[in-house]
Amino acid sequence: MALMSYAQAAVAALEDSMTADDRIVVLGEDVGRGGIFAQYAGLAQTFGGDRIIDTPISEAAIMGAGVGMALAGLRPVIELRVTDFALCAMDEIVNQAAKNRYMFGGQGTVPVVVRMPMGIWDASAAQHSQSLESWFVHLPGLVVLAPSTPQDNYSLLKAALACEDPVIFLEHKTLWATTGEVDPNQHTDIGQAEVVRQGKDLTLVTWSRQRHICLQAAELLNPLSIDVEVIDLRSLWPWDKQTVLDSCRKTGRLLVAHEAVQVGGFGAEIVSTIVEQLPCQARRLGAPRIPVGYASELEALARVSAQQIVSCAQQMLTQQPNRALAP
Amino acid sequence: MSEQQQILIALCRMMVRIRAFEDAAEAASQGGVAVYGQAASGTAKVRGPLHLSTGQEAVAAGVCAHLTPQDYLTSTHRGHGHTLAKGADMTRMMCELFGKSHGFNGGRGGSMHIADFSVGMLGANGVVGAGMPIAVGAAHAQKLQGRPDITACFFGDGAINRGPFLESLNWAQVYGLPVLFVCEDNQWSATTATHGMSAGLGAAARARSMDIGAVEVDGNDVLAVYDAAKDLISAVRQCQGPKLLHARTYRVKGHVSVDKAAYRDPAEVQNALTRDPIAKARALYLSTDGAQQAVLDQIDAQARSEIDAALAFADACEPPHPDDAFTHIQTVGAGQWH
Repeated sequence: MALMSYAQAAVAALEDSMTADDRIVVLGEDVGRGGIFAQYAGLAQTFGGDRIIDTPISEAAIMGAGVGMALAGLRPVIELRVTDFALCAMDEIVNQAAKNRYMFGGQGTVPVVVRMPMGIWDASAAQHSQSLESWFVHLPGLVVLAPSTPQDNYSLLKAALACEDPVIFLEHKTLWATTGEVDPNQHTDIGQAEVVRQGKDLTLVTWSRQRHICLQAAELLNPLSIDVEVIDLRSLWPWDKQTVLDSCRKTGRLLVAHEAVQVGGFGAEIVSTIVEQLPCQARRLGAPRIPVGYASELEALARVSAQQIVSCAQQMLTQQPNRALAP
Repeated sequence: MSEQQQILIALCRMMVRIRAFEDAAEAASQGGVAVYGQAASGTAKVRGPLHLSTGQEAVAAGVCAHLTPQDYLTSTHRGHGHTLAKGADMTRMMCELFGKSHGFNGGRGGSMHIADFSVGMLGANGVVGAGMPIAVGAAHAQKLQGRPDITACFFGDGAINRGPFLESLNWAQVYGLPVLFVCEDNQWSATTATHGMSAGLGAAARARSMDIGAVEVDGNDVLAVYDAAKDLISAVRQCQGPKLLHARTYRVKGHVSVDKAAYRDPAEVQNALTRDPIAKARALYLSTDGAQQAVLDQIDAQARSEIDAALAFADACEPPHPDDAFTHIQTVGAGQWH
């Protein structure tokens, strides 16, 4: 066990995996100087420029070359800086990386890890603040991960580096300096949620930075005699339906809270999936369908706050849970 | 037989095989796609958009003659010729076009995704220019892995106005990668003439602006393509960085096989037909000492019997099993389709 930041945990996972597997290379802008979030700090010194490859500002080529490298036997980590810039490489992600294996009948695989930090980057406005995980979850062929703690960043990045599928790896732009204990021996399977807090009255499902806000909300609800179970999905595709179903069976109430815009968000998918299988009160809470503004007063309106989660949970608790209706 | 005759015969053989494949696919595709306001008949054996390289065979044959199975190739939506010339089996290609289980992709891809990874053919692509970054990535891997192999990257004249063209040429030059870019310039971007849509002097000029050595060649003269590609590929193999070949040819057919291309000046098409690459190569061969018409006739007969066998096999082949819709998608999460 060691105390590490979320960024250091990523570096440690890369260092361990790159040491064990010389097919892993990193390509992207600024990676030779450690990356803009220090998420590659020191790796160029350890592995050299042939494995930590500085690239031009050419998102389509970075992503497309990563696909070509993977087809030729390497296992690239593709650094796209932020989710918002990954949009310049959407053809290469959607039409090439995600489709290659199926379209060509399994003749090749594309084991790439595509890092594109998500979410609101404080005071960075509309083009550096998006949470587009539902776009990627929508695409057959992709795995989508969104770690929220140093331990998960370590364990899930290692799992992603060992995965045969293209993985969209969504770290959060503002979690890099958060610290926590990291056990390098802790293995986490892709598709496994974490029950972060046990509770009996309401299941609160979340991921990425919103996990921490959900935990604040749960603590605010505790003195109000509302006992919340918080589940961090961590893996958005595949996602851990069983853990969510089991929790909802117990509580009879499901609230999904995410940083992304609520309309068409992944919360809607989770709510639909659960209510198709269980009688359960269910709601989702995401951002309003507005671009993220620069001024702090505007930016705050694009966030889902702990207080909003508290209010929503209180409303839900005024109704009986649906679990009594269960057969 | 002289060395030049042997080369010409081999190139003729490949071009005739490609032409036979394209002609057969074209015939099997009529009524196969709803496009340009026409409805699909539903009875065609080759369904969906089919992009023919008829008349462009010299580019595929002349370039690929210098490639080994260990070399990679990326292609375009008009990729049957490149695939055959890289060494793929004609029967499995036709099975793929027919949407049958024995196709290279098990019927999952069709014409626009024709591929045979086992001979280094990393795929046609339904998106213009999209093979280019993949090609430079494959070449980048070859260089990092210390392999002696190279990558050939085919693209059309329309692709040079897409960002991935610029990004890929720059990338290949920055890292000194073993890639030959081949602009197969058929002068048409779907139903729009390319010349009115491209500023400057074209692919070769744009390559030279990045200090990438570029050669322009008559893409209907198979020996000229062969000779130019030989020099360029030799330089690429000797680690002299990327090179570009700009081969000017002509798209004899429409954008897709059911496109009558009535938007073109018939004189332009007629003029192109007088420069047919196969006819030119045959004439060149026959002008050499000791040439025999019987050799050319045998090439034609062999191609006919090969395509007839491919068509018969594809016709009789089983369609994919419904389970095949759910395989080769991903490893993690497989089985979780909802």
